[in-house]
Amino acid sequence: MRWMWIDRIVELVPKERMVAIKQVSMAEEHLHDHFPSTSNRKAMPMMPMSLIVEGMAQTAGVLVGHAEGFKEKVVLAKVSKAKLDREATPGCTLRYTATIEQFTAAGASTKGIVELIEPSANGQSEPVVIGQIDLLFSHLDQNMGGIEYPEENFVFSESFKTLMETSGIEANF
Amino acid sequence: MERSEIFDKIQEILVDALAVDDDEVTNEATLIGDLGAESIDILDITFKLEQEFGFKIAQGELFPEGITQDPDYVQDGKVTSKGIELLKERVPHFNLSDLESDPSVENVAKIFTVDALVTFCDQKLQTA
Repeated sequence: MRWMWIDRIVELVPKERMVAIKQVSMAEEHLHDHFPSTSNRKAMPMMPMSLIVEGMAQTAGVLVGHAEGFKEKVVLAKVSKAKLDREATPGCTLRYTATIEQFTAAGASTKGIVELIEPSANGQSEPVVIGQIDLLFSHLDQNMGGIEYPEENFVFSESFKTLMETSGIEANF
Repeated sequence: MERSEIFDKIQEILVDALAVDDDEVTNEATLIGDLGAESIDILDITFKLEQEFGFKIAQGELFPEGITQDPDYVQDGKVTSKGIELLKERVPHFNLSDLESDPSVENVAKIFTVDALVTFCDQKLQTA
C-alpha cells in the first residue's frame, strides 16, 4: 500500500488554492478494522478521521510544495485546527479544498474545508461541508536550529509525481 | 494602539497557538520556558502576529536564529560579549540585562518573554 490519501487533484490555482478528491473504498483494509462488528453492534466501516487530516495535509502540502517548484521539503508542522462533524463511509467521495493563508521562506499556513459527497444512483449528490482543517507547514531546510538535511527532496516521492501526472499537472521533480 | 490592547491581542494569539490558559500568559512568562513554545510555534506565532497587526516580520527578526550555534557568539556554554552586542542589534525588543549578568546559553531562551513580544509589536506598529 502507498501512503497516498488523495486520488486526484481536480483544481490547482498555483500559490493560492488546490482541490483534491478521495474515494472511500471497502477495498481499503483498515476500514474492516475501523470498526468491526461486535456481539452487540454491526460493523461500522468508516474512514478514520486521522486519515482525513492526512488527506488534507497531502492536498495542502502539494499546494505549498508546488508554490516553490517542489524545491523545498515541505513538512506538516502543526495541525492548528481540525473539526469533523460526520463520518465518511465506503462509496463516499471526500473533497479537500486547501487555501494558502500565509506563505514565507520559512513555511506556510493553510486553511482547509472538507466536503462529503454521498453516492447516488444519478451521481448528482451535492457536496456537504463536514469539517475544517487548518495546518502549518515548515520548509525543513529553513529550520531555526540550522539542522541540515539530505539534499534529495524525500517529501515529494514518486507517488506524488504520479498523482500530479494523472491529474494532468506538470510535475518537474 | 495602547500596550494593554496589544497585550490582549497577543494573549489571545498565544492561547490559540500554544494551547495554554489565558491566565498563564503574563508579561513575565517566557515563551519557551513557561509557555512551552517550540521552534515551530515561533513560526505559527509569527504568522498570527502578521495577520493580527498587518505588518511583515522577516525571518529571525522576532527571535534570533543561529546565534547560539556560532562559536563566535557562544564559547564554553556562555554567550560572548560579541554575541550580546549582536543580540542588542538584532532584537532590540528584548531586555538583555539578566543575560548580561549571567550569559549562560540556557538563559538566551529566557529573554523571550510575553513583555518582549508586546514591545516588539509596539515598536513595529509605531514604525509602520
